Amino acid sequence: MENIQGKRAYIGFAFKQSVPVMLGYIFLGIAFGLLLQNAGYSFVWAFLASVVIYAGSMQFVLVNLLTAGAGLFYTALMTLFINGRHIFYGLSFVEKYKKMGKAYPYMVFSLTDETYSVLCGTKVPEGMSEDKVFFWISLLDQSYWVLGSVIGALAGRYITFDTTGIDFSMTALFVVIVVEQWREARSHFPALLGAACGVLWLVALGPEQFILPALCSCVLILILARGHLQASAKPHEKQDADAVSGSGPDSEEREGS
Amino acid sequence: MPISIQQSLTIIAVVSLCTILLRAFPFLVFGGRKEVPKTVRYLGDVLPASIMAVLVVYCLRNVDFAAMGHVMPSLISCLLVVGLHVWKKNILLSIGMGTVCYMVLVQAVFV
Repeated sequence: MENIQGKRAYIGFAFKQSVPVMLGYIFLGIAFGLLLQNAGYSFVWAFLASVVIYAGSMQFVLVNLLTAGAGLFYTALMTLFINGRHIFYGLSFVEKYKKMGKAYPYMVFSLTDETYSVLCGTKVPEGMSEDKVFFWISLLDQSYWVLGSVIGALAGRYITFDTTGIDFSMTALFVVIVVEQWREARSHFPALLGAACGVLWLVALGPEQFILPALCSCVLILILARGHLQASAKPHEKQDADAVSGSGPDSEEREGS
Repeated sequence: MPISIQQSLTIIAVVSLCTILLRAFPFLVFGGRKEVPKTVRYLGDVLPASIMAVLVVYCLRNVDFAAMGHVMPSLISCLLVVGLHVWKKNILLSIGMGTVCYMVLVQAVFV
């Protein structure tokens, strides 16, 4: 185990990265804990659900499933449907996470929308291990969520401060990451494609059903547009790609190989 | 508690298990191989930008675009976040100010 000083530096850096999620998770967690408590479940249940499920919107639905005494098949179906988008997050981290040893299962388990976003946007300073930074960000994020849920179940009733609209912090987090990615991207096609697919499917299917078709069409179109996009991919990706296809237009290359 | 402890625990377990399965899916399918398929590496590289844009739409999915009073808080706050972030490049400032702006707008301006 590394020394305390080193660990502190990692937690400090991870904390700074995770502050936006902290704001959102604590307040959303409180809302969930309060809701569950109102349904007749003590803080122990809020704690349990947030530790073993750890999925924001799904836990709100869970309250309804519990109060309705939903069947197991229906419960499974709802979960697969609402959390289906999570399938796509791992794609960016398959290679990285499988080399993370003991932390691997937890890293996979804790890959929520928000953690995924923060990890995608984190630039680890030189001299720090990216694995450790990623691990601490993931763990801190979940602790905010668990903490919020427990606070909500225990003391939610006593919060008189009007928190309406505080959940916008999540929207703001995603918007900020879009801006950051936009600035760094060689091609804006993936971002524009995501926006277009999102809006089109939202208009076509409505707010509760659009996200899976939207993500699936992004994946399909990105695969189809692969040849076109590789000209603007990162240098090492491009080399890989060219090595495979052998057909990349050399005139586009500026990095040298 | 509306239903029994056992029944509650089973429902929580099912939700937990299904969520874990979904998150583990790409790792179960591609993680065991020595070489991750090129297409997955490529997607890992380009997909995040698409996903983030879809997630923004997802966050705004319940905004009623027919009602001005409903659109304005989200629209103004999002523009503020973009503007601040392009200008100051400070994540906390952008998110903090955007959120405060939104809260003021929904609580006091467009009620």
